[in-house]
Amino acid sequence: MATRKIGEVILDVKNISLRFGGVKALTDISFDVREHEVRAIIGPNGAGKSSMLNCINGVYAPQEGSISFRGKTFSHMNSRQVAEMGVARTFQNLALFKGMSVLDNIMTGRNLKMKCNLLQQAIRWGAAEREETTQRQHVERVIDFLEIQPYRKTPVGKMPYGLQKRVDLGRALAMDPQVLLLDEPMAGMNVEEKQDMSRFILDVNDEFGTTIVLIEHDMSVVMDISDRVVVLDYGKKIGDGTPQDVRANPDVISAYLGTNH
Amino acid sequence: MQTTFPRLMLEHAAARPGAAALREKSFGIWQTLTWGALATLVRELACGLAQAGLARGQHIVIVGGNRPRLYAAMLAAQSLGAIPVPLYQDAATTEFVFPINNAEISFAIVEDQEQVDKLLELREACPQLARIWFDDPRGLRNYNEAGLASLDALLESGRTCNDQQPDFFDAEVRKTQPGDVAAMFFTSGTTGNPKGVVHTHNTLIDRAQAGARFDKLTNAEEVLAYLPPAWVGQNIFSYAQWLACGYVVNCPESASTVSIDLNEIGPTYYFAPPRIFEGMLTTVMIRMEDAGVIKKWLFQHFMALARRVGPQLMDGKAVSGTDRLGYALGKLFIYGPLRNTLGFSRVRVAYTAGEAIGPDLFTFYRSIGVNLKQLYGSTETAVFVCLQPDHEARADTVGVPIDGVEIKVSESGEILVKSPGLLREYYKNPAATAEVLTAEGWYHTGDAGFLDAGGHLKIIDRAKDVGRIVGGAFDGAMFAPKYVENKLKFFAFIKEAVAIGDKRASVCAFINIDFEAVGNWAEKRNLPYAGYTDLAQKPEVYELIRECVEKVNADLALDAMLAGSQISRFLILHKELDADDGELTRTRKVRRGFVAERYQVLVDALYGGKTEQFIETQVKFEDGRSGIVSATLQIVDTKTFAAVKKAA
Repeated sequence: MATRKIGEVILDVKNISLRFGGVKALTDISFDVREHEVRAIIGPNGAGKSSMLNCINGVYAPQEGSISFRGKTFSHMNSRQVAEMGVARTFQNLALFKGMSVLDNIMTGRNLKMKCNLLQQAIRWGAAEREETTQRQHVERVIDFLEIQPYRKTPVGKMPYGLQKRVDLGRALAMDPQVLLLDEPMAGMNVEEKQDMSRFILDVNDEFGTTIVLIEHDMSVVMDISDRVVVLDYGKKIGDGTPQDVRANPDVISAYLGTNH
Repeated sequence: MQTTFPRLMLEHAAARPGAAALREKSFGIWQTLTWGALATLVRELACGLAQAGLARGQHIVIVGGNRPRLYAAMLAAQSLGAIPVPLYQDAATTEFVFPINNAEISFAIVEDQEQVDKLLELREACPQLARIWFDDPRGLRNYNEAGLASLDALLESGRTCNDQQPDFFDAEVRKTQPGDVAAMFFTSGTTGNPKGVVHTHNTLIDRAQAGARFDKLTNAEEVLAYLPPAWVGQNIFSYAQWLACGYVVNCPESASTVSIDLNEIGPTYYFAPPRIFEGMLTTVMIRMEDAGVIKKWLFQHFMALARRVGPQLMDGKAVSGTDRLGYALGKLFIYGPLRNTLGFSRVRVAYTAGEAIGPDLFTFYRSIGVNLKQLYGSTETAVFVCLQPDHEARADTVGVPIDGVEIKVSESGEILVKSPGLLREYYKNPAATAEVLTAEGWYHTGDAGFLDAGGHLKIIDRAKDVGRIVGGAFDGAMFAPKYVENKLKFFAFIKEAVAIGDKRASVCAFINIDFEAVGNWAEKRNLPYAGYTDLAQKPEVYELIRECVEKVNADLALDAMLAGSQISRFLILHKELDADDGELTRTRKVRRGFVAERYQVLVDALYGGKTEQFIETQVKFEDGRSGIVSATLQIVDTKTFAAVKKAA
């Protein structure tokens, strides 16, 4: 990983507050993500990690605060705009098309790059066919990268969970993202699957220089692979820094282990 | 006419430059390398290697799967008169040390990061290993070790060299003589250090051509290369015969896509050890168990017909009109689609070798119209010694001696072979060479067997493994462990077996269940299990295996000579025997002596009359780490039968 250089701030989250009615999901959260880094968001259950990701992703519109991407500030954005800016994500509980093959699922990640209209694609002739061939080449690179060649034509629903997670990552990668948001990429995996997934995340970061923001529960994984960590608890930020800093932070320790009162 | 591999390659390139030589599936598409392009690739690689200092007579290690550029690298080395030494890509790092030091190897061409990591680890143990080139650069971008470079870089320097001295390559190819050493294969051996088997261009090409004549192979054959290239069998089928015949060799996308690739390519000429055929049949049977009632009925009905009629049709014998019609219907509904699924639609000739094949397994493939045959040979004989002619395939023989081969049986019952394909020597090991090669040119195979009335060779066991039962009801009877083990392994539920009994009063066995088959069997019966070790110790599984063992006993009792080899007690091992733990050879043959030693406690428990025994075993994982597996193993008795008296 010697060649990877951490660059300027690419994503800047400022004073974000998010409420659902009277429930405060996030309160005044600020942090930044630098280009090419692996940035983790951790915290106990219900700390607001997924809400934070959904704000960045444009699924939720926070009541206060702003998010800047490459210096441009947005207060309201829909998820399509976010995707067009080069932000891709995976989901905690897999939002794949279960009945479709691995190939087709990953192909949907190329959707934004396709210009042909519905009719052309339905007839699949001329321009549409050429376009599909080009896009398929990108998809094949992703398949090769994630080593899922044996499953191209397997319906996703029939595959083991760990592999489905890999397909989910594949679909996000197919977008050629600049920033990749991963929502608990290792949840429900066994040790070997976790090792594989960690390897893939680091490889994506290393080979393509993709900036990675990930939410994860498994502390050992987080500490091993991330450059900087944000810690949330009850919607508030209680720590931010390198894995070593965070591990030594007394607030973090009490949030995770509890304290004597 | 005698020739060399590089010359054969150049002849194909001159005669049919645009024809396909190799195909490799990458990024989802079969990419073709023509003979013309191959010739250029080899030329540039050879120039690059010469530039790097590879000299005539030196050895070069090649490690990796079946990749076109690794094949080209072998040709390039041979063009320079250097000797490629293919090693098993799944071997542990320490297993590389002996061959590399034995042949004083300082150059290596490997497939990928995995192999690079292994070789870099060996730098201390093998200080002379100076240059390493890799084919696939993935994950290697940040490696800065001295002497490590990509194959692309080697090609680049070779291209420059070739531009400066365009005649260099052709002159080198001319210098290489048919009698020169072409390749060295390290035999894993069930005991001691591996031995380097030295073959010349002559020995390999002669056998490749003899085999090709026997089965009338042409340059139109399609072959899928997916077994380790370090195994002489794979090397003969996808390298020596490839160059001798000029057919197309297809390289699968990855080890895990072989069945898909097989189906896409539809090879016409196919070669695999029995375990591959067994694996395919197991998959079919498991899928059939899950099929609907009508499909199941169709399958059973037509397979029964196929077993009765198929082999006779294959052997060209007369079959009644109704059976012929039934078989044609079966072909439409079952055999055809099944062959297609297995990737055998176009197979003209298929061979199995390396181990004995079960009669049921053998009959299954022949009955659905796959021309599966057996052959006999070894690394030392460049494979082809005996082959089964098209209409004379049988499960219990290995065929007739082919062109150029002479066979005789020594007084001790060992098979001796004389053939133009015999090894020149074991590398730097004259003592071992003298042991197997007599002054008159006979090679001692180490196999016990005989030629039957039809001139077919029949193998009983390894000569040194055949033992005697001492004491008990069968005192003095012959004990043929492999024969017994094979009979056990013919059951789909049993993956591996180790029989013990030499100089003892009775025979005992260790069993490895087939995890896939038994696992599926257990699921069908709602039998929960946590993993291999747990499943293996279920009383129901023991009952299942006991039935298999008793069937084998009943069968052995029918053979007066081998009735003493009946198994009286057995246990199911808590772990699968593994080459990484030294229990199997890289070609997956059981190292019986090692296993018996490693599990001495279990042997003692079997003969000590215990009903269970605790065992703790260290295991090596694929990534080189190790762990502990422990379990309390049940030991059960089995019924044995009185020997059936000889009728005549």
